Amino acid sequence: MTKPLLDVEDLRVRFHLRTGTVEAVRGVSFQLGRERLGIVGESGSGKSQTGRAILGLTPPPGEVTAKRLAFDGIDLQTASKKTLRTLRGGRISMVMQDPKYSLNPVMTIGDQIIEAYRAHARARKAEARDRALAMLEAVKMRDPGRVFSLYPHEVSGGMGQRAMIAMMLVTDPDLLIADEPTSALDVTVSMEVLRILDELVSERGMGLIFISHDLKLVSSFCDRVLVMYAGRVVEELEAKNLREAQHPYTQGLMRCLPTLANDVRPLPTLNRDPAWAL
Amino acid sequence: MTGAPLPLASQPSGMRAWLLSPEPHSRWQARLGRFYLGWRAFSRNPLAVIGLGIVLLLILVAIFADVIAPYSPVAGGDLRTQRLLPPSEAYWFGTDDQARDIFSRVIHGSRITLFVVVLVALIAMPIGLLVGTVSGYLGGWVDTVLMRITDIFLAFPRLILALAFVAALGPGIENAIIAIAITSWPPYARIARAETLMIRNSDFIAAVKLQGASTPRIILGHVVPLCLSSLIVRVTLDMAGIILTAAGLGFLGLGAQPPMPEWGAMVATGRNYLIDQWWVAAMPGIAIFVVSLGFNLLGDGLRDVLDPKAAK
Amino acid sequence: MLDIQNLNVVFGTGRLRVEAVKNVSFHVEQGAAYGLVGESGSGKSTVLRAICGLAPITSGRVSVDGNAVTTPRGKAFYRTVQMVFQDPYASLHPRHTVDRTLSEPLAIHGEKDAEARILQALKEVGLGPSFRFRYPHQLSGGQRQRIAIARALILRPKVLLLDEPTSALDASVQAEILNLLDDLRRRLGLTYILVSHDLAVVAHLCERLLVMQHGEAVEETTAAALRSGAASNDYTQSLIQASQGFTRVAPQPAQAPAA
Repeated sequence: MTKPLLDVEDLRVRFHLRTGTVEAVRGVSFQLGRERLGIVGESGSGKSQTGRAILGLTPPPGEVTAKRLAFDGIDLQTASKKTLRTLRGGRISMVMQDPKYSLNPVMTIGDQIIEAYRAHARARKAEARDRALAMLEAVKMRDPGRVFSLYPHEVSGGMGQRAMIAMMLVTDPDLLIADEPTSALDVTVSMEVLRILDELVSERGMGLIFISHDLKLVSSFCDRVLVMYAGRVVEELEAKNLREAQHPYTQGLMRCLPTLANDVRPLPTLNRDPAWAL
Repeated sequence: MTGAPLPLASQPSGMRAWLLSPEPHSRWQARLGRFYLGWRAFSRNPLAVIGLGIVLLLILVAIFADVIAPYSPVAGGDLRTQRLLPPSEAYWFGTDDQARDIFSRVIHGSRITLFVVVLVALIAMPIGLLVGTVSGYLGGWVDTVLMRITDIFLAFPRLILALAFVAALGPGIENAIIAIAITSWPPYARIARAETLMIRNSDFIAAVKLQGASTPRIILGHVVPLCLSSLIVRVTLDMAGIILTAAGLGFLGLGAQPPMPEWGAMVATGRNYLIDQWWVAAMPGIAIFVVSLGFNLLGDGLRDVLDPKAAK
Repeated sequence: MLDIQNLNVVFGTGRLRVEAVKNVSFHVEQGAAYGLVGESGSGKSTVLRAICGLAPITSGRVSVDGNAVTTPRGKAFYRTVQMVFQDPYASLHPRHTVDRTLSEPLAIHGEKDAEARILQALKEVGLGPSFRFRYPHQLSGGQRQRIAIARALILRPKVLLLDEPTSALDASVQAEILNLLDDLRRRLGLTYILVSHDLAVVAHLCERLLVMQHGEAVEETTAAALRSGAASNDYTQSLIQASQGFTRVAPQPAQAPAA
């Protein structure tokens, strides 16, 4: 078996607060190859903190520990700040939920992509510009030249998110972490964005971690799904076998959604078993 | 980021448990619990506690001035032998040119300072709050008119405007207070308006509108309480400036009139003896400094508790 | 119960003029649940806000219980029509306890017996009296939405306007709130207007629905038709497809949602 792209073992994220210590992620382990991995869970399940911890973006009072946290053989826990900087945004990228907050409002989209590229590759301005334009084209912007010189507030949510993806993929990363990349978008737009993401990921052979609360979406988009509950992975399964999920939480999550196909009334609710959190 | 209830490691007990109970049993318990949480945040800041201490001390001194002060603040002693004496056991802060005990005068001066501060707050804050919330909530021409009036008041330097008012109304501590109050409300109106603009479009205001609440009810019951905390912070931070303005007016002879033991006026008389009898000006000066500092520290602490957004 | 004829809503003038709702008409029977479906900018929420007076009615007619609404709406209107908002974190006053939030409408309308009515309202939405003196920050998202529903119901309205009542909630909590709404409608004989971007949610709660796009009504259909996939309109069809999850362009069977 080839070496995994990302190897996480016993990842823990703790927040030391005045009121006590809160453990947001409690011993998450998984390996990721060049595949699409989904992490699903409800709010507070620790799915976002898992993604952030991998990138070293855990917000201040948080503390990250892991038995093993390695990217392509590089130990992220012991790596120097400089190595981490080149990895982050270079070989590992992240797409956040809302483009409104993750794009710099006072810089044009083109300049932001150029900056992202030049931060990690030594390139002349003209070259970076070509590259940024090519990237905007790759995310299916209708008029890349025009979008290039627009400010983030001048584009729609779907276009903003595509610009964000362009910016994150311009350095040709090996791993992309997407945290709810489409939940701020309309369904039809989000399908378009996902399609672009899907194409780019499979074309470039990237690893993708797709974090979402939407079980239906993740299972239809990813190859493999981790289901998180209260900071731990309660179930790991192939996306296509989702219907054979064993854990009552996963089953409950699937059943409690209303669907067009079946009219179940009342909807089965989730009876949380305290044992799941143990 | 996701934030949801997660198991906490430690659980409080006893009185604290009652205060911090997630299921209060009465209005009072809920309110006290909230107050306790605020106090806990406040008391973690030692400087803020010092500030609170200074302000409490000022209040206590003002209340018990008659008991604390060893001499009369206005009647002087023997002008031949007790004039301009340096600090000693008998006269802790020394005596001034009228042979009055400076310590007693500073103690009694705290009453005037507190009087000024409280009155200015009582006049300026409601005006600012009302103008700001009404203007922000109603918008349109009401907003335009009220804000232009505010702008006019803002355009004048505070001390100059206060001077003009005192010149028109005549010198005296009451007129000084009115003058300061009139010049200090515009910033409060601005703050209240900015807060109101944020609050007015929120769903909880829409919800109460849909219950049929009248505009005054919405402004007073729902908007004002939310503006109040940032305004209290601002007023507390402004107190130092108000004290200084009052002292400045006193210094210029336009505030409290002799023989009232007003700190600013005391500094003004001490100015003549600054080189040889430094204590005459320095003692009230120190009092002004300490009280101003106290209000500033308190304001900073309150801001951390009441207005977490602005703390950073 | 509710009748809307040729409703137009226009915001701003001149260059900033936005026609948010264009010529929308629909009719809802007493005790029925009617859905408005569409993506952001489709004007679905604006229709709801125009009904209750939070958005202006530029032209057209809105009548409730046979009477055309007046601007501003009177107290009687607010006793008949109430609204539940999307974001339970924004719709409760952060400094008011549950008790204060629920007693406010009673005080406005001069209702007596507040004590009993508050406890009754809490019970209706499945919360115990222990919630009465909590602040919003001491409640979870689902609990907050229950309080918002209790607040809307405490005046015993006949029509409830629901603006994406579950879209800010987790799936399992959404199920609980949907069950609660379903149950309340049956028990209290309420009329619902539900706005949502989620076809499945609308189909679950409503019998009939209106698909909207760019401020215009695209198609009026029934939940049953939606379930059987009988949508005549392309846009509706694309919404149905998107709600099934992601589909690869390469021939891969559309994921039928698991039941």
